[in-house]
Amino acid sequence: MARYDRAITVFSPDGHLFQVEYALEAVRKGNAAVGVRGTDNVVLGVEKKSTAKLQDSRSVRKIVNLDNHIALACAGLKADARVLINRARVECQSHRLTVEDPCTVEYITRYIAGLQQKYTQSGGVRPFGLSTLIVGFDPYTGSPSLYQTDPSGTFSAWKANATGRNSNSIREFLEKNFKETAGQETVKLAIRALLEVVESGGKNIEVAVMTKEDGLRQLEEAEIDAIVAEIEAEKAAAEAAKKAPPKDT
Amino acid sequence: MKLDTSGLESFPSLILHGNDVAGEISAPPSFDLPNSNDFDGFLKEAIQMVKPAKGTTTLAFIFKEGVMVAADSRASMGGYICECLSTLLFGTGRVLCYLLLIKQFFFFFIASQSVKKIIEINPYMLGTMAGGAADCQFWHRNLGIKCRLHELANKRRISVTGASKLLANILYSYRGMGLSVGTMIAGWDETGPGLYYVDSEGGRLKGTRFSVGSGSPYAYGVLDSGYKYDMSIEEASELARRAIYHATFRDGASGGVASVYYVGPTGWKKLSGDDVGELHYHYNPVTPSTTVEQEMVDAAAA
Repeated sequence: MARYDRAITVFSPDGHLFQVEYALEAVRKGNAAVGVRGTDNVVLGVEKKSTAKLQDSRSVRKIVNLDNHIALACAGLKADARVLINRARVECQSHRLTVEDPCTVEYITRYIAGLQQKYTQSGGVRPFGLSTLIVGFDPYTGSPSLYQTDPSGTFSAWKANATGRNSNSIREFLEKNFKETAGQETVKLAIRALLEVVESGGKNIEVAVMTKEDGLRQLEEAEIDAIVAEIEAEKAAAEAAKKAPPKDT
Repeated sequence: MKLDTSGLESFPSLILHGNDVAGEISAPPSFDLPNSNDFDGFLKEAIQMVKPAKGTTTLAFIFKEGVMVAADSRASMGGYICECLSTLLFGTGRVLCYLLLIKQFFFFFIASQSVKKIIEINPYMLGTMAGGAADCQFWHRNLGIKCRLHELANKRRISVTGASKLLANILYSYRGMGLSVGTMIAGWDETGPGLYYVDSEGGRLKGTRFSVGSGSPYAYGVLDSGYKYDMSIEEASELARRAIYHATFRDGASGGVASVYYVGPTGWKKLSGDDVGELHYHYNPVTPSTTVEQEMVDAAAA
């Protein structure tokens, strides 16, 4: 099939757009990102490859704001992400200007997905090599939402999802363990999911919580460490409980 | 010189990043304008030629129960016969060409007494017409299309704020090109009643009481003196009707039928459409006074 993977706009005989699939490969090699929707908040967690000693960690924020009430995390080519994020930020403000109202999460997701799709149907360009997780609160109904887009330009809403490295295992974990949660419980669930594939420790995870009142809040390393410790303790207790009953009988 | 007509397109054109690294945006659609030494003068004359007198009275106000919108229905026309030169040539036979000198009459006649000046954009939003009838009708229908597309794309109705902003932005992009629109967008959305004044100069104002047109000073007089926020629907419609009647009485360019519409939480509803001639006698009933003959009989009897 090598003949059909040069130009993006060429279909292969069995209906594939190879460039888009290669873009998805790029996503699969990117860092893991997970998003969990709670009843009153939405949590985003991203795997952080250990920062070099001399690097200023604040300049490598992986969870960003698109507007006061919308945030985004992504997996894949970070340079492409920067371009997409800038365009989305401008679109959020443009929407505020033309309709005098903040945009809904669905609107901006549709815009980003539309942008990603445009680049799969134009000459001389390649698709954006990233999948995004977009979270936020609907300004009219106040309900939290989580959306995912991918390089092909499709998008859908999720209760919890993961993308990037080992996203399948994280998604399996989430499917098994997802419950409607609120507040700190949602944060714990997101971190537990991420810990399935990431070495535990606050310095390997970046977590941010979006609430209706306070917008996006990045958790401090210390906070994350504390929650990780809680999770480890719970795990240990569960292990011990599992081992204990057989002895009683 | 090219005129930018991209404002007439409903859908934004695809911005394709071609092989050009700089990412040049393709030129917007346009049409040619005539060469002229004095383009500003040409433009001014063109605007003057098509500028109708905004002869009308429309008003709208917000009160406790919603929005009341009212308008007259007279369309007036002022115009002049222009120079025309025509030459007909048929092969061997020639017909004389003739020339009509420019004659400028500014005459004023009533083109119609039954113009619908309240335009239904959608079941919960109304627009009023003042200025160029064609401009108002076209752009209101265009706004209706945009509102519907917004609904379909976003699964929720557009707010009155948003709709008026869309119209104002379009009119602003045609600023200086001779559009004549003085309209009020009235509607009911999630935040309650909304009323905006939008004009062809690109202005957009939010307010609770507006009147637009040549009869507006008269309408404002009656409206402002009789307005209370806590009115019932009947009181408000009576106030609106009276204001239109008084404006049609004094302003020659307003008349016909006074239509009154009410916009509430469930959408708009036409309340009344009364001929202002009849309204005159309703407000000033003719008391049967004694006729001259009767007076003479009375005098003789006395």
